[in-house]
Amino acid sequence: MTAGQLPRWVDLGLIPFLNLAAAFLVSGLVVLLIGENPLNAVYYLLLGSVGSVEGFGYTLFYATNFIFTGLAVAVAFHAGLFNIGGEGQAYIGGLGVAFACLALDQYVPWYVTLPFAVVGSAIMGAAWALIPGWLQAARGSHVVITTIMFNFIAAALMGYLLNSVMKKPGSMQLETRTFEDGGRLPFLNDIFPSAGFGFAPVNLSLFIALIACGLVWLLIWRTKLGFEIRSFGANATAAVYAGISPVRITVITMLISGGLAGMMAINEIMGSQHRLLTDFVTGYGFVGIAVALMGRAHPVGIILAAILFGMLYQGGAELSFEMPSITRDMIIVIQGLVILFAGALEYMFRPALIRMFAPSRPVSA
Amino acid sequence: MKKFLAITTALAGLAFSVAGASAETKPAVLYDLGGRFDKSFNEAAYTGAERFKEDYGIEYRDFEIQNDSQREQALRNFAKRGMNPIVAIGFSQANAVEKVAQEFPDTQFAIVDMVVDLPNVRSILFKEHEGSYIVGMLAAMASETGKVGFVGGMDIPLISKFSCGYKQGVKAVNADAEIFENMTGTTGAAWNDPVKGGELAKSQFDRGADVVYHAAGGTGIGVLQAAADAGKLGIGVDSNQNALHPGSVLSSMLKRVDIAVYQAFEDAENDSWSSGFDVLGLKEGGVDWALDENNAELVNDEMKAAVEEATQKIISGEIMVHDYMSDQSCPF
Repeated sequence: MTAGQLPRWVDLGLIPFLNLAAAFLVSGLVVLLIGENPLNAVYYLLLGSVGSVEGFGYTLFYATNFIFTGLAVAVAFHAGLFNIGGEGQAYIGGLGVAFACLALDQYVPWYVTLPFAVVGSAIMGAAWALIPGWLQAARGSHVVITTIMFNFIAAALMGYLLNSVMKKPGSMQLETRTFEDGGRLPFLNDIFPSAGFGFAPVNLSLFIALIACGLVWLLIWRTKLGFEIRSFGANATAAVYAGISPVRITVITMLISGGLAGMMAINEIMGSQHRLLTDFVTGYGFVGIAVALMGRAHPVGIILAAILFGMLYQGGAELSFEMPSITRDMIIVIQGLVILFAGALEYMFRPALIRMFAPSRPVSA
Repeated sequence: MKKFLAITTALAGLAFSVAGASAETKPAVLYDLGGRFDKSFNEAAYTGAERFKEDYGIEYRDFEIQNDSQREQALRNFAKRGMNPIVAIGFSQANAVEKVAQEFPDTQFAIVDMVVDLPNVRSILFKEHEGSYIVGMLAAMASETGKVGFVGGMDIPLISKFSCGYKQGVKAVNADAEIFENMTGTTGAAWNDPVKGGELAKSQFDRGADVVYHAAGGTGIGVLQAAADAGKLGIGVDSNQNALHPGSVLSSMLKRVDIAVYQAFEDAENDSWSSGFDVLGLKEGGVDWALDENNAELVNDEMKAAVEEATQKIISGEIMVHDYMSDQSCPF
């Protein structure tokens, strides 16, 4: 069952739509079960996430996070690697951003700090993916196991650093001092004051995320390295036979993947929180997996999927605000259903659609 | 287009209803990441809000955040809808409260466990050291070995405030008493690690302690369990935890977040709201020790008399309990 059996619009449009519809149908049943009106729930979800410019600003803010972590997972997918360490890589990436901001914020304006923050976050994120990548390439330790273990090491390391090295003296919070203006990215509301983004934390890093999407597209489909990554992912044995070094491709792919995940911290740390604090990643790394799956590992798909998950995050918060009986745990259930149908059950509707759209071809394996 | 119209009308309706109802009390609570039913701190706030609802018949709104970005967002959502007063639970909310309180100068805010110095913010602090002093005295009097323990959650100044008051209380009864002190960890995970809490308590029992006081949130459940298993005594914290293991919990140091929330709501309802510091100690009933049927046999009349006398002396100022946070050090 390869992609070629279905028209492109079915593969890229109809299937994600059906999966999403199924997810919302089941979510609606759950909402009904707890005695609320599902249509009201959908109304509040949409009103909160896209009903106002400010709400949409929040949606875009979350989407920025998901674009970075989604791209990270997608790049690794293309090489047949399953990087589920985005959580830890983004967390350590925050260290790179914080170093740049803490060192420079008092002396230079933000646009001087920004390149250092971008490079710093990418380097730190990449460094965190280097060891799992190398272990996979040279020792065969499975990258799924090692990356997820590195998430825990990242949490422990950051806990230690924030506690004993970087903590603001006398504070109970595990956080660094707040950055001065030189360490803060402008909010979209500052760039486009008339657009009405209000207090939404969406900031300049949205554009960095979009640039990253373009660069990933160029890398994967327009460069020699991208071709090697895709070849290796499609058939590792054939790629090796064709002269592609598996160690090199695995390590380089993991470095790019980790770097992209690390850059998520620009949005959270330099764009919104303006200080490094514990557990700022709160699951964005894992949602990136679902975003990449749903977006078919293509930058355009990832942007759309990231906006969808941004809507779920923002609209979900508004929903549980408006309908207190829908707790935050319910919101996680709805997000989980979307991930389940869009990711794990991706192929559920596919056989039926193949029968519908390709009747002339025999349905063979 | 129809839908758009519907949305706009709904929004307009909302705006009117907010404007029309601004004089009423519409209280709101914002919980910390632990969530509404954490069996400790946040739940105490919930209890207070529920009691207010029962007594006054006034509905309140509350919200559990999922990530740090939602702190400000939720506070703003409350303020925009005309909720007043808005009580934020936990020191982590300080940055968000500071920001949002400036944006809505006509809305009253309150924050528990932290100081935000703004004209429309009430900062509610507790004298945990006073309550800890009292349970420290109880521990020293109940101990047969002359050795007692303390298990803290996350290693932050607030928890050292508990342990320092406790130590002073123990030494007040038995100047030669030995006190073992352990913190569970240095990150937020230390609040919810009952297994490690139990192990720390066991190691203190192995060294001879026979009463252990915890100030460790969810971790403390393991401490009290270990004490019950070993036939020793535990001391609970924040809420009344005496009933968790009847006969094995000597007492609980109550931190009445519920009273603080209730009072904030009540003051707003009675138009007697005051901003600024609100420090709740033994005198104000903000901290206390728990005595009920579950621990009645553990606390004899002599102990009761002693702590009641000490309570009076602390209230009158005759006994000064050292506040760790005042100088970031503990002389005991």
